[in-house]
Amino acid sequence: MSYKKRLDGRGFDETRPIEAKAGVIHKANGSGYFKIGNTVAYAAVYGPREMFPRSQQNPKKGVLRCNYNMMPFSGAGDRVRPGPSRRSKEISYVTEKALLPVVDLSDYPNAVVDVFIELPQTDAGSRCAGICAASIALADAGIRMRDMIAAVSVGKVDDKLVVDLDYAEEAYEGGDVADIPVAMVPSTGEITLLQGDGLIKKEDLKNALELVKKPLQKIAEIQRKALIESYNLELKGDKK
Amino acid sequence: MSKLLVKDKDIIVPGQVVAEGMDYLPSHGTYRKDDRIIADRLALVMIDGKVIKSLPLTGAYVPKRNDVVIGRVMDILMSGWRIDINSAYSAVLPLQDASFDYIKKGDNLTRYFDLDDYVVTKITNVTSQKLVDVSMKAPGLKKLQGGRIIKVNTHKVPRIIGKQGTMVSMIKDATGCRITVGQNGLIWLNGEPEQEILAVKAIRKVEDEAHIQGLTDRIKDFLDKNKISMKEEKVEEKQDKDEQLKEENVEQKQDKGEQNEL
Repeated sequence: MSYKKRLDGRGFDETRPIEAKAGVIHKANGSGYFKIGNTVAYAAVYGPREMFPRSQQNPKKGVLRCNYNMMPFSGAGDRVRPGPSRRSKEISYVTEKALLPVVDLSDYPNAVVDVFIELPQTDAGSRCAGICAASIALADAGIRMRDMIAAVSVGKVDDKLVVDLDYAEEAYEGGDVADIPVAMVPSTGEITLLQGDGLIKKEDLKNALELVKKPLQKIAEIQRKALIESYNLELKGDKK
Repeated sequence: MSKLLVKDKDIIVPGQVVAEGMDYLPSHGTYRKDDRIIADRLALVMIDGKVIKSLPLTGAYVPKRNDVVIGRVMDILMSGWRIDINSAYSAVLPLQDASFDYIKKGDNLTRYFDLDDYVVTKITNVTSQKLVDVSMKAPGLKKLQGGRIIKVNTHKVPRIIGKQGTMVSMIKDATGCRITVGQNGLIWLNGEPEQEILAVKAIRKVEDEAHIQGLTDRIKDFLDKNKISMKEEKVEEKQDKDEQLKEENVEQKQDKGEQNEL
């Protein structure tokens, strides 16, 4: 048995439909919105601001502090218990590590830049959506970044390499499934996040990482367009 | 063979290739990678001959020497005040720079500036670790009494002030409000309530449309269209002031009277 056609009908190297916006939360210094299929992420950036607790201050450069949170009603039916969990702590940590290579905080010693990522709706690929939203929000907050960070998952369903698995594919029972979230600096191809769930052969992993490059470029373009468009909206007076 | 990939005053975003080839030079907000110049922050690009500069559109205030800022007294220290200047770093106002008066050690410092007072101050020094010193010893620096404070995007402050202060004086003239603009994005206004609201609206309009050409004319139209006549209010103001003066005189007399009795 083999996986011939994707469950929702898109091509094997095609992502779900994407929608991105910047400046959606007016009180924040910067904010971003990223929707991929049925997964929705909001990110708000506050700062640079004074770092508390003081013991976590870094006199050499500013600190990036990420917080990933799934809302209680965001899952597929079961209530997600609010508050930090093992999973959300891990994702907050890898999000921070995924964004840090492009973010330049040397101008802000002893300060902190807080990134809050909230997911009102999830259908797999939530950490990638969160990273994409956070990247928009950081740029919108005027933080210096040498590039955007684009993220999407890639993997293998039965015998086919696929991009951007949704929950139905992750739960596919006709064969082996591998789900590999990838975050990348689009201009250089540096990988800043690579996790994996499931079984995949070495060769397949290499091919998968090649396959994911194009969709990531596309996502980066969408992110940049969202930032520019947020200023066109201001022009029309639609904002506020 | 060098190629410019943007127009002057385009919005550039992190990672965007601004120019190709070695003929152009990167400046604020851009960097060189191999033979390409790439943007590293959200900004408005300014092409100055061969130099590619940019004006940031967003971002928190970073304290700079000689900036006049509006701050809030957040704490009272042993020998000065800690002032929140709407930035990641708070400033210290040392005793000797706080007033032309001599302040004795151990004096009650709240007599000069109390917690939550707003002050117009000038930044005298910023260290590499962003320790900020401010001073009250320069013309125009004062404690703010009454009025209201609004927050705006720091990078729009130059447009709100305008060339040689034209924009802010236009708003001042049209509304009769007293306005002080801090480089850190805090603005203090004091005037009649309706006029204050109009002034705030005008400032918000400048803030939103700062990057579009023909700003002054648009603000002028806006103010003309929404102008609230000030004649009657001015008379009232005068009466108020007269009454205040009378009251003060009475108080002073009473004070003197008490002293005489003593």
